[in-house]
Amino acid sequence: MTSPSLTHLQRLEAEAIHIMREVVAEAQAPVMLYSVGKDSAVMLHLARKAFYPAPPPFPLLHVDTTWKFQDMYALRDRMARESGMDLLVYQNPEAQARGINPFDHGALHTDMWKTEGLKQALDLYGFDAAFGGARRDEEKSRAKERIFSFRTASHGWDPKNQRPELWNLYNARKNKGESIRVFPISNWTELDIWQYIHLNDVPIVPLYFAAVRPTYEWDGQLFMADDIPRLEKVLGYRPEIVERSIRFRTLGCFPLTGAVESSAATLPEVIQETLLTTTSERQGRVIDKDAGGAGMEVKKQQGYF
Amino acid sequence: MTDPVYVTDALIAQDIDAYLDTHQHKTMLRFITCGSVDDGKSTLIGRLLYDSKMIFEDQLAALENDSKKVGTQGQAIDFALLVDGLAAEREQGITIDVAYRFFNTEKRKFIVADCPGHEQYTRNMVTGASTADLAVILIDARKGVLVQTRRHSYLCHLLGIRNIVLAVNKMDLVDYSQARFDEIVAEYRAFASSIGIEAFTALPISGFAGDNVTAPSANTPWYTGPSLIAHLETVPVRGADDLARPFRMPVQWVNRPNLDFRGFSGLISSGSVKPGDSVRVLPSGKTSTVTRIVTLEGDLDQAQAGQAVTLTLADEIDCSRGDVIALADNPPEAADQFEATLVWMADEALTPGRAYWLKLGTQTVSATVRAPEYVVNVNTMERLAAKTLELNAIGVAEVVTDKALVFEPYAQSRTLGGFILIDKITNATVGAGMLNFSLRRAQNVHWQALDVTRKAHAALKMQEPAVLWFTGLSGSGKSTIANLVEKKLHALGKHTFLLDGDNVRHGLNKDLGFTDADRIENIRRVGEVAKLMTDAGLIVLTAFISPFRAERELVRSLLPVGEFVEVFIDTPLEEAEKRDVKGLYKKARSGQLKNFTGIDSPYERPENPEIRVDTTRESPEDAAERIVERVIGAWMPVI
Ligand SMILES: Nc1nc2c(ncn2[C@@H]2O[C@H](COP(=O)(O)OP(=O)(O)OP(=O)(O)O)[C@@H](O)[C@H]2O)c(=O)[nH]1
Ligand SMILES: [Mg+2]
Repeated sequence: MTSPSLTHLQRLEAEAIHIMREVVAEAQAPVMLYSVGKDSAVMLHLARKAFYPAPPPFPLLHVDTTWKFQDMYALRDRMARESGMDLLVYQNPEAQARGINPFDHGALHTDMWKTEGLKQALDLYGFDAAFGGARRDEEKSRAKERIFSFRTASHGWDPKNQRPELWNLYNARKNKGESIRVFPISNWTELDIWQYIHLNDVPIVPLYFAAVRPTYEWDGQLFMADDIPRLEKVLGYRPEIVERSIRFRTLGCFPLTGAVESSAATLPEVIQETLLTTTSERQGRVIDKDAGGAGMEVKKQQGYF
Repeated sequence: MTDPVYVTDALIAQDIDAYLDTHQHKTMLRFITCGSVDDGKSTLIGRLLYDSKMIFEDQLAALENDSKKVGTQGQAIDFALLVDGLAAEREQGITIDVAYRFFNTEKRKFIVADCPGHEQYTRNMVTGASTADLAVILIDARKGVLVQTRRHSYLCHLLGIRNIVLAVNKMDLVDYSQARFDEIVAEYRAFASSIGIEAFTALPISGFAGDNVTAPSANTPWYTGPSLIAHLETVPVRGADDLARPFRMPVQWVNRPNLDFRGFSGLISSGSVKPGDSVRVLPSGKTSTVTRIVTLEGDLDQAQAGQAVTLTLADEIDCSRGDVIALADNPPEAADQFEATLVWMADEALTPGRAYWLKLGTQTVSATVRAPEYVVNVNTMERLAAKTLELNAIGVAEVVTDKALVFEPYAQSRTLGGFILIDKITNATVGAGMLNFSLRRAQNVHWQALDVTRKAHAALKMQEPAVLWFTGLSGSGKSTIANLVEKKLHALGKHTFLLDGDNVRHGLNKDLGFTDADRIENIRRVGEVAKLMTDAGLIVLTAFISPFRAERELVRSLLPVGEFVEVFIDTPLEEAEKRDVKGLYKKARSGQLKNFTGIDSPYERPENPEIRVDTTRESPEDAAERIVERVIGAWMPVI
C-alpha cells in the first residue's frame, strides 16, 4: 500500500542510504569508520542495505585504542565476516610504544590513540571520504555540522566557514590531500537508533544489555573490570571488584566508559530505561568535559571524528 | 510556567511496546526558524526544547551555568545558549551557522533548523531552508518587518516552502498589545502578497517567557488560535504531492556484484513503481520494464517517492549514474539552456561566461551562467539591472550546459529542478539555483547537418586538425614562437592559421576590454573560432595570454580529445618585465594601465600543459622545432 507519508524512520533510512551511495559514486577511496558501538552497528546495517546484493564497496576501519571491551572485539570480527567487508584495524604505533593508557594519561589517551590514530590511518591508506556515525543530537557543536563535513589536508574543521549544503545535493569535490567526513545518520536521535535496532534485529554488543558483571569504582563512577590483570598492572593495585547488574548506554574504552546499574535485559527494557533517564547519553564519557564548554568543537578542529 | 526537568511520556513507563508502536508510526516535520538578527529565533528553539521536556538534567545544569556566564538575560536562563553551540556564537551572542535540533510530541517527530539572522550568513540560512517543510518567520514586536525578514521570506518562498508561520515575538516587551500584533500582521501581509505568499499563520508569542509556544497564554486572551506546537503538529507534511506525480528515479549507482545481476540504485523522487511497470531511461529515451525491486529484506511489491531502492530492468539497456528512470508514457524533458533563479553564496562574485560544475540530482555537467537578466532588491522587490551576482544576491539568469540535462521545473520537482554550482578550481559550492523553464532556443535550434564533414575537410588537406594553444605572460614570447612554428608547418605543406591576441582584439573582439568578464568572453570567442577552423581541417595556433585556467579548460572541452595542445610559454615575470618589448609593464607599474596580467590581475599557471617551454633555457628556434616535431609525430603520419 502506498501511503502519502513515510514514517520518520523510513525517511531517515532512505536519507542515509542515499548519502552512502553518493559517496561511493563520487569519492575515490571511501572508508567506513567502525567503532563497534550501536551507532556503528546501525551504520553497517544501512551500508549493507544500500548496496545489497553487493557487499558495501569500501572497507571498515577500526581505530583501536587496545582498551576496548573484549565483547566489542568479538562482535567487530564477527560483523566483518558476515558483511563480507575488509576490516582494517589501526593502532597508533607511537601510543603503543609509549604505553599510553587512560589512567596515567587522561586526555592524552584520547588524543593519541583516537585523534592522532585516525589521522595517521586516513593518511596511510589515502582515504578521501570517511563515514562516521556521529549524530547531531549528541552534542552542541555536532548539531552545527554538515552531513558532508569538509576537512583540510591537515584534517582541520573550520566551523565558521562550512560549505553550503542544499537539499540532498552534496558537493564531494575536493583538492588533493583534502578529505570529507560524511555523517549519514546526522539526523537520527538516540531513540531512533534504538528503535531501528529493535525493528531490524541489528546485532549489537551484549554490553548494552544488563547482566551481572565485575565492577569497580574510580573517580566517583562505576566501571566494568573487563581485563582485571591489565587493570591491576596499570593502576598498580587491584581495585575492589564487586559483582553488579550493569549495562552501558554508550561504549568506548572500558576504563573511560561509565556503567549504569540496571536490570534491563531486553531491547524494549533497554529502550524504556533509556527514555526514562534524565541525563544525556554522553554524560558517561569523559571527552566532552575537557576545555570548558567547547570541548568537542576544539577536538574536532584538531581532527577528532 | 512548566516544571523545568526532563519529563518523559507516561506511556513509556506503563507500556513500552505500545509506546514504541506509536513512535514508530509518527510522521516527521522539518521546519526552520528564520527572520532578522536578534528577533529571538534561537531563544524560541531553546524554549521549544525546554518546554517539550527535551533538556536532560546535566544539560540544564550546564545551561544555567552558561546563562550566568555568557547569557544575554542577566541571571535568567538564556535559551539561545541551548542552540548556539559554537564558541564564536556564544562569545558574540549571535548565530553563525544552522543548528539542527530534534524533539517529538505524541503526534510527531520534529527536526528544526535554527537559522542565523545576519545577512552575512545567508548561505547558511539557505542551507537550513532547503530541506524544510515549514518556516517560522520571527519578527521582534518592537521592530516590525525588517530587511532580513523580507529577504528570508522571499528565500523561503523561492525554495518552495508553502507553510509559513509568522511568529510575532517578544510580545512581553509590548505589553501583549493586540493592536501592535495586528499592525505587524497587516504590514507583513502586504509584503507577503507582493511576493506571492498566499497564506500564512500568525501567532503572538514570547520565546523568552513561553507565551503561546506549547500552550495558549493567559497574557493574550484576544488570541484564540492554536499554540505554535499545536499548529506544527497538524500542518500537512510534504510527500502527498510527490507521490501524486509521475514516477522518476535519478540513478545514483549501478549495482553490479556479478555478471548475473545489474541493478540501478536511487532515491525515488516522485510517484511510485512496481514490477511490470514500463519505464523510460533518460536522456537516451530507451524503454524497458521493471522486473524487481530488490532490498536486503526481500523484493518489494512496490516502492514510492522518498524510498531508496534498487531496480532491475528486463532489457540490457544502457543506463548509468546521471540517467533518470521515469514512467514511460510521461517522462521529463531534457534541455541544455534554461532560465534559472540563482542565489549567489560565494565571496567572489559570479563570473558570467565562466564554466562551473553544475550538479542537479545525480547529474554533474559543465555550465556557464550569462550576465543576469536582473537582480532583486529584497527590500523593495524591484528588479535591478546587474552585470554579475555578488555574495547573497538573488537574481535571474540564463544557464547553458555543455550536455543536455534531464530536468523538471523546480516548482514541480525539487530533485530535478534544484541545482548547485561548484567552482572548478576551489571546489567550493558558490551558488544554488532553481530551474524555471528551458528556453525555446535550446529545444528548437538544431545543428545544421553538414554533408562535407570535418573528417572530409581534414582528409583533403591530408592532416589531422589541432589547436596549439600558446599561453603565458605578456612579453613571454608566445607570438614569436607561434610565428616560428607556423612558418615551419607551412614549409612542410601543412594548412595552418595563427590567431594572435592583438589582431583579434582589433576586429572580432574590439568591443571587449580587460576586466575579468571581458577576458573570459575574449577567450570564449577565440575558442569557438578555433573550433570552427579545426572543423575546416586546419591546424590552428593561438597566442593569447589567456590567464585563467577555467577558460583554457573550457576551450579544451570544446574540442575532441587530443586536439587541444596547451603550450605553456613559461617566462618568469621578472624576465618578461625586463624584456618589456611593448613597454606595457612600465605603463602598468606606473598605474597608467589597469588589470595588467602579472601586475594587478592574476595569471593561473597551467597544471599539466602538453608542452612547456622555459624561455630562459631554450631558444625560440629550438622550442619551435620541438613543438613541430611533437605535432608531426603525434598527429600526422608521414605520407
Ligand atoms: N524579552 C524578550 N526577549 C527575548 C525574546 N526572545 C528573545 N529575546 C532576547 O533577544 C536576544 C536575541 O535572541 P536570540 O534568540 O539570540 O536571537 P536570534 O534571532 O537567534 O539571533 P541571530 O540568530 O543572531 O540572528 C536575546 O537577548 C534573547 O534573550 C522574547 O520573547 N522576549
Ligand atoms: Mg540565533
